[in-house]
Amino acid sequence: MYSKTVEIGVGLFVALGLAALLMLAMKVSNLAELTAPDGYHVTARFENIGSLKVRAPVTMAGVRMGRVTDIRFDDNSYEAVVRFSVDPRYVRIPIDTSASIFTAGLLGEQYIGLDAGGDEAFLTDGGEITLTQSAIVLEQVIGQFLYNKAAEGG
Amino acid sequence: MITLLRRFGRTALTFFERLGRGTIFFGYVLAGIPALVSRPGLVVAQMWSVGVRSLIITVVSGVFVGMVLGLQGYNTLVDFGAEESLGVLVALSLVRELGPVVAGLLFAGRAGSALTAEIGLMKATEQLDGMEMMAVDPLRRVVAPRFIAGVISMPLLAAMFSAVGVFGGYFVGVGLLGVDEGAFWSQMQSAVDLNDDILNGVVKSVAFGVVITWIAVFEGYDALPTSEGVSAATTRTVVHSSLAVLGLDFVLTALMFN
Repeated sequence: MYSKTVEIGVGLFVALGLAALLMLAMKVSNLAELTAPDGYHVTARFENIGSLKVRAPVTMAGVRMGRVTDIRFDDNSYEAVVRFSVDPRYVRIPIDTSASIFTAGLLGEQYIGLDAGGDEAFLTDGGEITLTQSAIVLEQVIGQFLYNKAAEGG
Repeated sequence: MITLLRRFGRTALTFFERLGRGTIFFGYVLAGIPALVSRPGLVVAQMWSVGVRSLIITVVSGVFVGMVLGLQGYNTLVDFGAEESLGVLVALSLVRELGPVVAGLLFAGRAGSALTAEIGLMKATEQLDGMEMMAVDPLRRVVAPRFIAGVISMPLLAAMFSAVGVFGGYFVGVGLLGVDEGAFWSQMQSAVDLNDDILNGVVKSVAFGVVITWIAVFEGYDALPTSEGVSAATTRTVVHSSLAVLGLDFVLTALMFN
């Protein structure tokens, strides 16, 4: 009914448009990570998480091992409970591993850095990291510094 | 003073009258869409003139917009030692704003004006009246396929604009200015969210597609059946739909990314 060129052209147009959408979804956005196997979940309690956010990276030795999936507040202990997923490839994380909150660069986002312990037992799904170090809040550091200076001077 | 007031009132009345007629017209067009299921060929033919022939201008503009973003973004980011974030900057600005908006403006100029002129001329040469004489509803036969073709084409064009724009930014950033390739893509992927950014961009471009095509077909159908009338309607299409895209973009952005 319609000329072949028109039909082929429209078909190509729609295919290209969908391909562009697919490319945006796969290559530009985080779809690949969303669909990746979730791995196992571990929680850690911090006194202060600074400005850590959900989806922040979790690293060990600088290698990304997972991401933060949930941040809650425990109103019994007044601590932040951070839950993160770890890539199933990394199953040999010692149970006495410590977790700290660091800042990437001077202005970067905050992330969780893990330091491996020496225990023979490894963390499993639902495990908890007990050795934690809070985020460094700049005002507290400066306050501490001024307090020490004043103590020295006095 | 009274004359001024009266002129003001007349402008307002005309505006609301046209708005009302446009809305009723929109309803009739929507009612004409189900009939298209039995004749998809009509839509295909319109997608050729509305979508495929807007492809070149959209893709070329997309590449250049992406390249300019790459250059400008790099110059600012390098001062903070954050040139690795170039991918994030290029991708987010394209996917969230520039893709739908610039593609919408181009679409209004390239396809919207053509739609108005075509339908306006059909009206001026009494082809629409002729159709009605033959008991063919011009809203279903002429307007509805064009409307659907525009609504389908616009998001596809915006997606292509964003996609080639990202590659334009990649070409300038990684190819010419020496940003690390891995950082460019990985930072982009960790910063761009599928739901928050990409899907919202698609929703925006669908909304723009509806508004632009609606304005274009309405102006054509509502044009005075003279040569001046058609030319005035074509100008109004481009002006009104461009303004509508920019205004609607602000509203949608405020709703989506607050």
